[in-house]
Amino acid sequence: MSATIDVKPSGERPSGQRDERVLRTSPLRRLLGRPELGSVVGALAVFVFFALVADSFLRASSLSTVLYAASTIGIMAVPVALLMIGGEFDLSAGVMVTTSALVSSMFSYQMTANVWVGVGVSLLVTLAIGAFNGFMLTRTKLPSFIITLGTFLMLTGMNLGFTKLIDGTVSTKTIADMEGFPSAREVFASTLGVGGVDIKITIVWWLALVAVASWILLRTRAGNWIFAVGGNKDAARAVGVPVNKTKIGLYMGVAFGAWVAGQHLLFSYDVVQSGEGVGNELTYIIAAVIGGCLITGGYGSAIGSAVGALLFGMTSKGIVFAEWNPDWFKFFLGAMLLLATLLNAWVRKRAEATK
Amino acid sequence: MTQTAPRTALVELSGVGKHYGNVRALEGVSLEVHAGEITCVLGDNGAGKSTLIKIIAGLHQHDAGALAVEGEETRLSSPREALDRGIATVYQDLAVVPLMPVWRNFFLGSEPRKGTGPFKRLDVEFMRETTRAELLRMGIDLRDVDQPIGTLSGGERQCVAIARAVYFGAKVLVLDEPTAALGVKQSGVVLKYVAAARDRGLGVVLITHNPHHAYLVGDRFVLLKRGAMVGNHTRDEITLDELTRQMAGGNELDDLRHELQRP
Repeated sequence: MSATIDVKPSGERPSGQRDERVLRTSPLRRLLGRPELGSVVGALAVFVFFALVADSFLRASSLSTVLYAASTIGIMAVPVALLMIGGEFDLSAGVMVTTSALVSSMFSYQMTANVWVGVGVSLLVTLAIGAFNGFMLTRTKLPSFIITLGTFLMLTGMNLGFTKLIDGTVSTKTIADMEGFPSAREVFASTLGVGGVDIKITIVWWLALVAVASWILLRTRAGNWIFAVGGNKDAARAVGVPVNKTKIGLYMGVAFGAWVAGQHLLFSYDVVQSGEGVGNELTYIIAAVIGGCLITGGYGSAIGSAVGALLFGMTSKGIVFAEWNPDWFKFFLGAMLLLATLLNAWVRKRAEATK
Repeated sequence: MTQTAPRTALVELSGVGKHYGNVRALEGVSLEVHAGEITCVLGDNGAGKSTLIKIIAGLHQHDAGALAVEGEETRLSSPREALDRGIATVYQDLAVVPLMPVWRNFFLGSEPRKGTGPFKRLDVEFMRETTRAELLRMGIDLRDVDQPIGTLSGGERQCVAIARAVYFGAKVLVLDEPTAALGVKQSGVVLKYVAAARDRGLGVVLITHNPHHAYLVGDRFVLLKRGAMVGNHTRDEITLDELTRQMAGGNELDDLRHELQRP
């Protein structure tokens, strides 16, 4: 083994001696082992495709629109991906965003308080819903599909019911003239001009969440636990991992994402439609799956979910830029989901076989 | 092999029994585990081996007889307590998370960290290197600590679990049928690591239904049958043939010998 090529991460085999049983892994092979690879290939393909068929796609303003669309999904796809790595689903994630926005808006309006008070109350309420999901799951040991389906239906009903009860209509009253609104709008729904291009602040939130989630997953104890509870719950418990706490924490992470997304919804439109959000939970799950999360848990990445969300943004806006009928979006989405999942499965198999 | 000096056993069971309702799961079992020795518990399915493990591991409590850990009579109330007293149990399937890298599995539940405050993070370098070094000390030269542990063979996975227990300060290692699902070669590998753990001064309880495996490494042999102890021998008191005979029991022996002697 004279041809020693150091392609391994540093810190292994300090002597620099390679184990002759490990075939030289090319950087390409290493790359193939990454969970998000399938989605990156898919994203590149979709990008090239729309760049060719839609003339306006490559304009900076178009790309900023694409990124904005991706970020609104991505903010939720990150915690949903973490939850999925932890082996669970959250079907209530979509309507929880609406709930969070409604609570914030209605609390501020009814109490005639500074909107930041509403924002704070909304955070507490949303986190409580997440904790409820996690608590019910760990207590009852029922599948998360059932538990969060229940929460999903209850929240859907409550969103409509409470809004009609309090405001008399299906949407909230405007809070644009209330104290604190401008500053809250700055934080949750402003537009930054970077080099002449409008960048929505949700993109910043999104990237920050991806970075924090990646840090947690790969470099903290909690991340180790998330992989473990999703990969083999019983083994994790046997070696002393707090399985229940980890799962509750993951649901509260989804709730935090819902809070950010909900506040964006509120402060960009200043009124909230109470029936919104239904169906989005699947969008988040799809983004996570396209990004390489195993639906059975224990495998995936936060960056993958971001690429999944980007694919979403590119497809939904690309169809518009290509001046096609947007009805085709769902078809593309389904095809992409299937292709990405197949590609992921194939890549993973190759990666494991070459080890 | 004769040991006359009175030593305190790491774990000593005397006349231990356990009932589940009106079912007798275990009765009158006595055994000793000494540092640097392997105590084998042999028995067929339903002989009470798992019940015995669960009592030593702290999952169940005995309701007759006495259990002493390092000479002190006690009743282990939880797996955590057993672990704190240095008794580590390696279950056959419960040991690892297949999709996680070997080094993450090795430290799972007791991850070392560095840094302060929000930047407290896993000490990845230390984890990688310690995993490699510890496995090497047990004689396992792993190809790559970054590979998912699911890509290791069953025997290697058992070995990682054993090395982990040793690293985290176990004094007594309880192994639940470590060779049951393994091929001949793999079994040999695992037995080698069991012996390595013994040589590092651990007391080992090896649960098995294979007298050949037991006799290869065992210092003491406890035979269980239908929940009762039918034999308790030190190595110099018994031969492999006798052990096999007792284990199989009279008439079944011919069949068994036939079975065992196939290449």
